[in-house]
Amino acid sequence: MNQDFSPDRAACGFARDIPLVLDAGEAAALRAGARVGISAAHESAHLHVAGAAPYVDDVPEAAGTLHAALAPSPVASGVLRSIDRAALLAMPGVVAVLTAADIPGANDCGPVIHDDPILADGTLRYRGQPVALIVATARDLARLAAARIGPCLDIEPATPVLTAREAYARGDALLPPASLIRESAPGALTAALAAAPHRLGGQFSLGGQEQFYLEGQIAYALPTENQGLRVLCSTQHPSEMQHLIAHALGWRSHQVLVECRRMGGGFGGKESQSGLFACCASIAAARLGRPVKLRLDRDDDFIMTGRRHPFEYDYDVAFDDDGRITGIEATLIANGGHSADLSGAVMTRALCHLDNAYYLPEVAINGFVARTNTQSNTAFRGFGGPQGALLIEIVMDRIARHLGRDPLAVRRANFYGVASRNVTPYRQTIEDNVVAALVDELVAQADYQGRVAAVAAFNRSNSVLKKGIALTPVKFGISFNVPHLNQAGALVHVYADGSVLVNHGGTEMGQGLNTKVAQVVADALGIGFAAVRCSATDTSKIANTSATAASTGADLNGMAARDAAMTIRNRLADFAAARHGGEAADVQFANDVVRVSGIALAFATLVRQAYEARVQLWSDGFYATPKVHWNPKGLHGRPFYYFAYGAAASEVIIDTLTGEVSLLRADILHDAGRSLNPAIDIGQIEGGFIQSMGWLTTEELVWHATDGRLLTHAPSTYKIPTANDCPAALHTRLFDNPNTEPTIHRSKAVGEPPMLLAFSVLLAIRDAIAATGGPGADPDLRAPATPEAVLDAIASLDAIRP
Amino acid sequence: MSGIETMGSEATGPRMRVTLTVNGADHDIQLDPRTTLLDALREHLGLTGTKVGCNHGTCGACTVHIDGRRQLSCLMLAAAAAGSAITTIEGLAGADGAPHPMQAAFVAHDALQCGYCTPGQIMSAVACVAEGHAGSDDEIREYMSGNLCRCAAYPNIVAAVREVAGSTMAEAA
Repeated sequence: MNQDFSPDRAACGFARDIPLVLDAGEAAALRAGARVGISAAHESAHLHVAGAAPYVDDVPEAAGTLHAALAPSPVASGVLRSIDRAALLAMPGVVAVLTAADIPGANDCGPVIHDDPILADGTLRYRGQPVALIVATARDLARLAAARIGPCLDIEPATPVLTAREAYARGDALLPPASLIRESAPGALTAALAAAPHRLGGQFSLGGQEQFYLEGQIAYALPTENQGLRVLCSTQHPSEMQHLIAHALGWRSHQVLVECRRMGGGFGGKESQSGLFACCASIAAARLGRPVKLRLDRDDDFIMTGRRHPFEYDYDVAFDDDGRITGIEATLIANGGHSADLSGAVMTRALCHLDNAYYLPEVAINGFVARTNTQSNTAFRGFGGPQGALLIEIVMDRIARHLGRDPLAVRRANFYGVASRNVTPYRQTIEDNVVAALVDELVAQADYQGRVAAVAAFNRSNSVLKKGIALTPVKFGISFNVPHLNQAGALVHVYADGSVLVNHGGTEMGQGLNTKVAQVVADALGIGFAAVRCSATDTSKIANTSATAASTGADLNGMAARDAAMTIRNRLADFAAARHGGEAADVQFANDVVRVSGIALAFATLVRQAYEARVQLWSDGFYATPKVHWNPKGLHGRPFYYFAYGAAASEVIIDTLTGEVSLLRADILHDAGRSLNPAIDIGQIEGGFIQSMGWLTTEELVWHATDGRLLTHAPSTYKIPTANDCPAALHTRLFDNPNTEPTIHRSKAVGEPPMLLAFSVLLAIRDAIAATGGPGADPDLRAPATPEAVLDAIASLDAIRP
Repeated sequence: MSGIETMGSEATGPRMRVTLTVNGADHDIQLDPRTTLLDALREHLGLTGTKVGCNHGTCGACTVHIDGRRQLSCLMLAAAAAGSAITTIEGLAGADGAPHPMQAAFVAHDALQCGYCTPGQIMSAVACVAEGHAGSDDEIREYMSGNLCRCAAYPNIVAAVREVAGSTMAEAA
């Protein structure tokens, strides 16, 4: 390989010796010096394929490391009178058995509201709740002792509340109920509902979703000097872990260093809920003065942590002869589980996404977060947004069937306008609406109308197998709903040899954040990818970070890293002009070469000269998203800096005798703005689509109806998609649409919006089921659409068939 | 069985001596006879490329090769692997360090996101091709369905396996 600076050298990825595989357009852009908009392989790809990318459990253990396990409550509700530790302490290898009384600081790992005990404090709230922390010389010995907790507990059991509907009926909420109301005049919604030519009401039921990150929850706490801890944790939120650990120990933040190089998946499950494990490992390590690792077994992970909130809905919608909605009232009941966790913000996002891509003139949306004796539900990719938006798509489908119209025509009739009909229920004016043009392009790309006719023809000649097709749009708001979270920091070091290290506050969970940030830095400095290295997220490098969540990772950290890199570039340009002549503004950085005043020199050469001239070659960077503001009481403002759009068309076939469903083909068109990395973005889009399809079709959570046991607590009983569940035909394209706002290189966030694309699968199944009934058939299909749910929905049509 | 010697009981339970042949090298280790091959690789030999996913044989993250055949290492006792040739992700590259074609294909096709399932996917994929079960995309999807990828990088995983299998079958759209 050419070791001189040259475009060829730059054509390598983050692994020095692996050339990039690019199409002709990207290859030409790369040769011309571009480093963004390039499908660079993931910065750790060469490590992952070699098994050489360490996760927390892969880091060699320090001498004297102890292992912890959590002992679960055997009941879903009750009073914990006492724990007799003697029998457990007598077991082989057991070093300590710690309970709530042993926590020196706050017994709480609640991220917002302090209602979430680390270890049960006398009240038992769900089956599986940690009641004791067992520390032993080996993981198996700790787990063995934890499994023997039952006879050690003196419990007065109570009857648990296990469903959201039951808690709603009792008025038992974790948070004050919220209502998002927007009317043209007081009473206008009631009038619209009363005066409508058409009105539909109903209920809908939507299941939760286990994150099922392949790498389970893990934390490894190592004592450091002067009452300090270094904690390796698989977490999306190192700063939150730092705060929770400090509170639990009664310490200050500067005593705790939390580090995360990468996660084996997060999906929201490691935003707040890594806290329990970070705190437990830290409490034990601080008390015993030894390193303590807590790695959860998969089943324990299921029974101890929460997941995507299941939702129940009541709705009442009015519409005209074209299917255009004139008013809608909806109540969203989320199962929050036993504690608030992030449920308040999840519900806010659900309320703010019920509109999806549609203008709702008169609207009232009520949110109720039910308290139940189950795991505390939390963030999961989309964070309530998908739960809000799915309802309106069900409503669109029902309106179309009621009127006997094409569901796509009804959707189009309701799309937000560009110059009018463009204000959301939370009073943000949409300034970047492209949904109509995007859907038109997908309709053509997917030959949607032709295939609707083909599906109908198939259904006329087949009685057992039925096909269905649906096309659904996506509009998803980007930014944290809480404005102050929209900030990020970064640190860029240019070493004297010209190599570059970048650190930022975001965490890598597979979404390619480090890759994108490194591309941004390489682009700013005009250097090759191999010259840039990312390091672990570390609370001692960037302080007060936000969670890597709400799809904002690249938007926030990319801008912060660019700020830092541009500061250094400007210093280098000033120096180059002073040393070699010309104007600083005319100095060019590209392909590892700096051009100044008619001469070209290697980037590393200029860096060396600048170092010797005492130019500062490292810088911090900072970014705060402009324009966003939010009134949390009135639920209005501009919570989102911009919107991301998309659409998907899916075609399914169902077996009406078994309820089996198969996705035959999916066509996706998605707006990632001006993509920083098309390959990574397409991976996010397809991955999100398939993951969401799992949520809506096969991933069913079942709790025992009376004792509250989670019965689906492993992949043996909880079915996430496999390769074989993917359609034979999956066509994914990026919609060319540079962000109207000056985001990082005009890109758009891409983590969560694709979760809405898979609504098309559920609605295609609904379409296929409707084909088993007569004209106007409108099946009652719950989600997930398991074979049982499909058969129930077919039966719902049989029951009303004349 | 060759390579096994049972030891007397110790404070932590019975121990046995086992010789495991991993990636061409013999390793003499003492372990609890109940130790899985997965734990032996990770905790006794420091070969952490093989990942812990579900610990009961339903996710595929711990896939290794035993005498060339794919095996879930969480479902096999280490003792049962004595005398066999064990290959892990760390042993897949060529003697010169060049990546195995399947490893290169996974990089080229972006067949990973978080990377945690990747070693198991690659071990399974190499075996899938060797078994002759990579003749079409449908067949690849079926024979790779024991390896879960929660990021759902499946379309790219299938593309990587297809490339290595040399299959030129284009699936009808």
